[in-house]
Amino acid sequence: MEFTHTDTRRMLADTIDRYLRDKYPLAARVEAGTTEPGFQPAQYEALAELGVIAALFPEDQGGFGGEGFDIAVVFEELGKRLVNEPVMDNALVPGSILAAAGQSDAVENIIAGAARYALAAEEPQALYDLTDVETRAEATGDGWALTGAKSVVKYASGCDGFIVSARTDKGVSLFLVGADQVSLRDYVTVDGGRAAELTLDGAAGQLLGDEGAGEAMLQEAADRAVLALSAEALGIMQTVREMTIEYLRTRKQFGVVIGKFQALQHRMAEMLLEIEQARSAVINAANALSLSGAERARIIAAAKYSIGRIGRLVAEESIQMHGGIAMTWEYDLGHFAKRLILIDHEWGDQDFHLARFIEHGHAA
Amino acid sequence: MDLNFTQEEVEFREEVRGWLAENLPADLARKVRSDAPLTKDDMVRWQLILHEKGWLTYSWPAEFGGTGWGPVKQFIFEEEMAYACAPRILPFGLKMLGPVLMKFGTKEQQDYYLPRMCDGTHWWCQGYSEPGAGSDLASLKTAAVRDGDHYIVNGQKTWTTLGQHADWIFCLVRTSTDGKPQEGISFLLIDMKTPGIEVRPIQTIDGGREVNEVWLTDVKVPVENLVGEENKGWTYAKYLLTHERTNIAGVGKSNQELARLKELAANQKRNGKPLAEDPFFAARMAKVEIALMNMEITNLRVLAQAEAGGSPGAESSMLKILGTEIEQELTDLTRRALGRSAQALTPEADDQGFNGPYVAPEGFQNASGVYFNHRKTTIYGGSTEIQKNIINKMIVGL
Repeated sequence: MEFTHTDTRRMLADTIDRYLRDKYPLAARVEAGTTEPGFQPAQYEALAELGVIAALFPEDQGGFGGEGFDIAVVFEELGKRLVNEPVMDNALVPGSILAAAGQSDAVENIIAGAARYALAAEEPQALYDLTDVETRAEATGDGWALTGAKSVVKYASGCDGFIVSARTDKGVSLFLVGADQVSLRDYVTVDGGRAAELTLDGAAGQLLGDEGAGEAMLQEAADRAVLALSAEALGIMQTVREMTIEYLRTRKQFGVVIGKFQALQHRMAEMLLEIEQARSAVINAANALSLSGAERARIIAAAKYSIGRIGRLVAEESIQMHGGIAMTWEYDLGHFAKRLILIDHEWGDQDFHLARFIEHGHAA
Repeated sequence: MDLNFTQEEVEFREEVRGWLAENLPADLARKVRSDAPLTKDDMVRWQLILHEKGWLTYSWPAEFGGTGWGPVKQFIFEEEMAYACAPRILPFGLKMLGPVLMKFGTKEQQDYYLPRMCDGTHWWCQGYSEPGAGSDLASLKTAAVRDGDHYIVNGQKTWTTLGQHADWIFCLVRTSTDGKPQEGISFLLIDMKTPGIEVRPIQTIDGGREVNEVWLTDVKVPVENLVGEENKGWTYAKYLLTHERTNIAGVGKSNQELARLKELAANQKRNGKPLAEDPFFAARMAKVEIALMNMEITNLRVLAQAEAGGSPGAESSMLKILGTEIEQELTDLTRRALGRSAQALTPEADDQGFNGPYVAPEGFQNASGVYFNHRKTTIYGGSTEIQKNIINKMIVGL
């Protein structure tokens, strides 16, 4: 048993931490989150240069990592500083699918930060279910024509291409669709960022992997995404933890610092304890990426369920313990709390993953 | 990061498992599995079997006749004991007093008391809590007044677990009222046969007889029964409380209970379908299972830290809170899974040779009693509220 990271991963974490501390002020991130394109392209490129994206891919794909603990380390650091650069949406998720489909040039460009892709999988009616696909793909002479709608495709605007799930006679398949083939209705998101509704009307697509293999490919990507989101949430929780501790130590009411009040001490103790449980859940999920079958599915579902539950607790309790100041846009905490809550709305919320956990328990 | 046990640890686990399969008496395992009460003879019998193997002192260093196992091996041993449904090793002598004597006792005290707590000669109980000193333990009033070569002890201890069987009691007593309450406490070893000691049973809400009041009236205790220095007892008591750190979460026991609950829920039917498939019940079982999975990792993190020589701080308190809440939830779900039959009080069904018919399924005769009994877990050993105070003190620092 060993619960410390390798030297390489510790160095990676330090590098990201130092860069973000010096060069990634929260105010600029918040500002970027309300405008187009929803993030700071120069920062995204700088992170790529730092190796943040390369760390998410194995060596044979042009990276230097790609294991569960690489993903966990990177996203925990990004979470601490509330980074909303689309490292998960435009690199980790599409990159792992493109790599599996043998699109090595595209993966290379993704790792370099020179190209961005997005996965367009979830549909307006689907409530997180990746197999609930109404978009159709019809074979044409030399390819496929896709028709349908995808919902809340994050950081879609400006992408070089989209990976779209669509149904054929053989089930769900994935297709690479050019940016000029789709229409986007772009909007800001509550947690500071952008997303789009994507529609396809006979869009030309290129089959990725085997026809009918889409569900398995999506699940593989989903596991990585869930791990990344869970680690990001853990990073956010740590910053919220530090902010709340600091506030309890300094804010005075009734002539004493409010951290002296047992009503708040016990809320805080509960929050501290739950954050450690979230950390354990992330460690377990990062490790599970090297496992398979029901065991892997259960551990990853358990992590996202835990993150959803604890994320909400940390967001709500930290706001409550801060009081009115946390309700203001100007104070940092609220932005962290919003992202924590909205993470539960990506790749399946706590109920979705609790059901998944139960389902795979029966299978086991 | 590596969540796996080493090859050596895996082999050690197999060795323990194999030995338990061979040597744990079936009647004891049966009682433990169904939460039936154990007699003094049951507990002593098991203790002596372990002692003969050399594993009773599994948490002791080799120089005192222990196994010298590190925290990870101790944890594995405890886990396997729980999975095998072995009677728990009573902590009062071996886990509480033993380490205090090793650290603060005289050579004479070590030589006399340590072997006797292993070979069944001395059954120890703990005299800490008093009617007026529960969570606020330092406010204890039982007084020891020096009179020549003796202390004269007067007062009342309570919640003395299994004190009805005890030969000896280790007590926190007040030897000074100067300064802070913590600074006037001493640690005394008292022979339960000394005149002036009276043990009165306390019946608990589950009907059980586990705890007692111990009344002390002009009890004469030789001064050589003082451990360490006079008025330093609080330090020793705190050392004792922090010593138990590998199994505070009760991971093995809860995993065992969860497996039992799952089996029960698979067999119980509602509308012709297993209760385990009822969405509400399944959700509650899944939630506690996930909490347990997370806690298991947290526990391993603390263990790895302890193995490396570190001493866990707030994590011990976190594990106490989580472990006891999970245990309680499991007893609640087990009770609920039994439906109407959880109302029946039929302890005779646990007896060897009972032929039925059962009201509740075999092995679940006292699920409601177990549920009520487990309310104690968030109260004893530092209540959840005290643990939260500790967590806060250690991390926020106010």
